[in-house]
Amino acid sequence: MLHIEHLHVNVGDKEVLRDINLHINEGETHVLLGPNGSGKTTLLMTIMGFTNYTITGGKILFKGEDVTTMHAHERAKRGIGMLFQRPPTISGLKLGKMLTAISRTKKENIPELAKSVHMDKFLERDINKGFSGGEIKRSEVLQLMIQNPDFVMLDEPESGVDLENISLIGTTIGALLEKDKHLAKRKKSGLVITHTGYILDYLDADKGHVMCDGQIRCHGNPREILKDIKQRGYKECLECRNQ
Amino acid sequence: MSQPVIPELSKADQNRLAQSGIDLTMKNRCGSYLQMDQDIVHAECGQEGIEILSYKKAMEKYNGLKEYAWNVVSPEKDEITKYVAAQKEPKGYVIIAHKGSNNIFPIQACLFLGREQIQHVHNIIIAEEGSELHIISGCTSGEHVGEGGAHYGVSEFYVKKNAKISFTMIHNWSENIEVYPRSASIVEENGIFLSNYVCMQPVKKVQMYPTANLTGANSVARFSSIVISTPGSHMDLGSRAVLEAPGASAELITRAITKGGTIISRGHINGKVAGTRGHLECKGLILQDGVIYAIPEIEGSVVGTELSHEAAVGKLARDEIEYLMSRGLDEDEATATIIRGFLDVKISGLPEALQQQIDASVDVAEKAGF
Repeated sequence: MLHIEHLHVNVGDKEVLRDINLHINEGETHVLLGPNGSGKTTLLMTIMGFTNYTITGGKILFKGEDVTTMHAHERAKRGIGMLFQRPPTISGLKLGKMLTAISRTKKENIPELAKSVHMDKFLERDINKGFSGGEIKRSEVLQLMIQNPDFVMLDEPESGVDLENISLIGTTIGALLEKDKHLAKRKKSGLVITHTGYILDYLDADKGHVMCDGQIRCHGNPREILKDIKQRGYKECLECRNQ
Repeated sequence: MSQPVIPELSKADQNRLAQSGIDLTMKNRCGSYLQMDQDIVHAECGQEGIEILSYKKAMEKYNGLKEYAWNVVSPEKDEITKYVAAQKEPKGYVIIAHKGSNNIFPIQACLFLGREQIQHVHNIIIAEEGSELHIISGCTSGEHVGEGGAHYGVSEFYVKKNAKISFTMIHNWSENIEVYPRSASIVEENGIFLSNYVCMQPVKKVQMYPTANLTGANSVARFSSIVISTPGSHMDLGSRAVLEAPGASAELITRAITKGGTIISRGHINGKVAGTRGHLECKGLILQDGVIYAIPEIEGSVVGTELSHEAAVGKLARDEIEYLMSRGLDEDEATATIIRGFLDVKISGLPEALQQQIDASVDVAEKAGF
């Protein structure tokens, strides 16, 4: 599904990602762990095609197609979608209007979908204006439900969300990633940034990666990596480059 | 209700009227006043309790309307009012909503500048006690105004106790027209005055600064302006509210976009007594180099008046555009969607038909690519 080779990314003059290599197969969900400022969000924003992130080397292949120089909307149309940790507030633009605008088939029952994530009362509200942490995440999930991407990137979907809402968000994202289907029948893939790991209760992740200082340092079983980090922190990961 | 008698108009002029909110079929309208240059071609209202008269007829019928004519607007105010006051045959309309009357469908007032150099009107709008009056004023010029022209309009509004007036003015002039509205209102106890202004099309010059005098306790004024200025357009717009009674409140909202023209957005709220509130908000977007000059003024002179203002001028935010692009909209679609949201001002207390008319004006601009 997604194949990244030797990716280098600058933000301004500063190199933030260095020699990233990542391969995510169809039906797989990967987890990206790492300390604050290590470059996790930068990687997701780069894959999505945000212009503030300049690719200085390497390439991104999606479903076998080189999307390295494509605009964000072209990537979205090919099936890449993202749940943002801190999406912008757009004054005046109503959530319902945006959902109508992004609906590809125009056949989705937007009020019904909104109700399923308790956002039906927000359709006439300006996007993200005065939304709580949980409301922002539910709005993001709702947009993804309309967009229905094949590859879903999630940037800390549980941050700022209470436990009750984590369950709702986790279950909904699980459905987006076809976790309710048999392993062999799953076509959707995902890449998830998490600090707490709570979301993994719903996503059944396949692989974990640890990012430090703009590099992916190690790979492995996501729950084991998380357990290790919870016990030892990122200190050893940071020292890892010296080995 | 009879069909208004309209002189032959080209398809293009009919379209321009429609874009100004004027419905020649009278659907969803309870009455019409149509003035082509200086000729009053129609003045009729089918709604019981509401009268539409030409200025001349109203003066005859109501003994010169002494309480109202040139009462809230001074004829000596400036060159424009002097010009209108000096006319031997004053034109314009008088609309009176008699006590307790209510129009669900708005009255439409059409001021069409076809061939004259200067069109002048003096309008008086009165909502008597407990009445509710909704008016849409469509101002446009014909396709044949080649050498340009000017519109001088004086409007006086009187909102009596427990009454309400909404006045929605849609301008659809041309690059060679200058427009000088001069208007003011008096709002009595529990009265509500809503004044909405929409101009999405080119105009050479607009200059206006309507004033609402809130003289009655708990009276309300809301001014909303949605404007786009194209190259060559100079729009000097403002609105003023004078809070003169306890509980009076005012809200002045402007959304301004320049695509190369000039917009001066003035606003002034004067809190003269305790227990009053006012908020002034101007948001401007510069899409192409032009000028948006916001001059918000709030003036309080007593303890217990609460006034605030908020002004911001900027460009479209890149992160907002790309956020929408990440959902599959191309850059042009994302930009248009954000601008559409920026201009989406919902006016509390405005009938749905009039809100739809405002939305339709923005739709036309959106389809033309803003």
